[in-house]
Amino acid sequence: MVEHRRFGNLLPHLVLLAGVAVVVFPVYLAVIASTHDNAVIANGQMPLYPGGHALETYWTTITSGTGRTTREPVGNMMLNSLVMALGIAIGKIAISIISAYAIVFFSFPFRMTTFWIIFVTLMLPVEVRIFPTYKITSDLHMLDSYSGLILPLVASATATLLFRQFFMTIPKELVEASKIDGAGPIRFFFDTLLPLSVTNIAALFVILFIYGWNQYLWPLLITTRDDMQTIVIGIKKILDVHDALTEWSVAMATAVLAMLPPVAVVILMQRLFVKGLIETEK
Amino acid sequence: MILRRHQGGGLMENRAIFSGRLLPLLLVLPQLAISLVFFYWPALQALWQSFLVQDAFGISTEFVWFENYVSLLSTPAYYHAIGVTFLFSLLVVVFSLAIGLLLAVMANRDIPGLQVYRTFLIIPYAVAPAVASAVFIFMFQPGLGMIARSLQRAGIDWNPVLNGTHAMILVVTIAVWNQISYNFLFFLAGLQSIPKSVIEAAAIDGARPMRRFWTIVFPLLSPTTFFLIIVNTTYAFFNTLGIIDTATEGGPNSATQTLVYKVFLDGKAGTDLGGSAAQSVILMIIVIGLTAFQFRYVEKKVHY
Repeated sequence: MVEHRRFGNLLPHLVLLAGVAVVVFPVYLAVIASTHDNAVIANGQMPLYPGGHALETYWTTITSGTGRTTREPVGNMMLNSLVMALGIAIGKIAISIISAYAIVFFSFPFRMTTFWIIFVTLMLPVEVRIFPTYKITSDLHMLDSYSGLILPLVASATATLLFRQFFMTIPKELVEASKIDGAGPIRFFFDTLLPLSVTNIAALFVILFIYGWNQYLWPLLITTRDDMQTIVIGIKKILDVHDALTEWSVAMATAVLAMLPPVAVVILMQRLFVKGLIETEK
Repeated sequence: MILRRHQGGGLMENRAIFSGRLLPLLLVLPQLAISLVFFYWPALQALWQSFLVQDAFGISTEFVWFENYVSLLSTPAYYHAIGVTFLFSLLVVVFSLAIGLLLAVMANRDIPGLQVYRTFLIIPYAVAPAVASAVFIFMFQPGLGMIARSLQRAGIDWNPVLNGTHAMILVVTIAVWNQISYNFLFFLAGLQSIPKSVIEAAAIDGARPMRRFWTIVFPLLSPTTFFLIIVNTTYAFFNTLGIIDTATEGGPNSATQTLVYKVFLDGKAGTDLGGSAAQSVILMIIVIGLTAFQFRYVEKKVHY
């Protein structure tokens, strides 16, 4: 950076390569395991290159699941995960953007109270109110349903705060100009604010999709039927640690399928992801 | 972190522009309704239940003030879970921050291929804790896992199912791996915001790279570091349930049973509603403390 380095950039390359190796190795191993026969894996002789069972393993995994622990097709679990992740991401964005709009652009009774009510939910993660939340969801007859999987996770202080912060940077002149053109609050929202928010919405979507897809505790609690479970909780049932007979190839194929959508989203939308991550947290 | 960006004035200056009362109320209604039904009501329920004792058949309920808390705080198992949580969080925070910082420092220079490194390094963020757990169990499974076999060849009797220390090492490793991306990206953003001129000035004064790092760069990074300590502590406390449930189920012998996992297990058993509610309330106080700390201390006491 400043002075001449004796070894050039050798050290950074070595350290970063080691970091990449640590990060990628477990994922690589899972991919390899999903292409080998269970017997080869079980005796600990799995090679580090792909085997020839990929098609058949993925086909059984997606269409029928494991033979022993759960007969639920992993394809169906993925569909449940997809519905849940999309529902949470879209739902959170929709209700957050309209509440932030109201808080920033309107004056109404209890505006500050509303803001604080939303803000304080940051301090009540699902982990600390597990069973009472379960009870309410059950009282509302939402166990084993998509609405039960999605609705309780849809309120998000983070997204509201992000939109609020962004809306406050919008110059008043823009609103005034829009008013002179005869636009009411609803037209201003759709014609001016929404187009300006596209990048923020997309960045937030990436973060929230991953958040939704990767949920564990909540789907574990409220799904009792096998056909409603998501892939992230399905994997635990496939993988029985205390059982020497775990079908490792199917378990690892399931892990790969569980990683694929969020990893693809992060890699393909890398710039939006980094923007979303830094802005929602910082 | 978000409140800081707002320049001048109070928390929210009055910039309301549109008139009308019904529309804004309708707009905040969905979020308010969900917050009240699924956040506030359950939290209040937990609080209320923590003051009640129910008999074994659930027929009679008695208000007992702080009795649930007193009996909770006199159980050795609870202190054990506190100890496990602190050890676990400490290890996760120290290792994931150290690795994230090292990688970020190495990536904070003009080297070819940086984009490729970054692409790989963000992968763990996208992997669900429970899924990361499944993959690591495969590597660390005695008898067949690649790493387990290497350890066994090296003469270590590796067995996380029976050995508590091994189980702790396993869950810490998974959590650290899971957090690498996050810490790397935030440290890198922090490093990139340090003006190059500051570092050049130190170099002209003759400070060597290591010395420059510890006396100039690291102190300038302190806001990022503090922020990450809080976020990673919160992660270790609350978001690792999937890791623990998949890898060890809190075992062996409660060696990896954190406070959150204990609430989960006790609640699932369903025998002591009051006690489990009291545990939830204590956790709530911890989250409130961490969040308040994040917003107050990190914002105000740590300056560039």
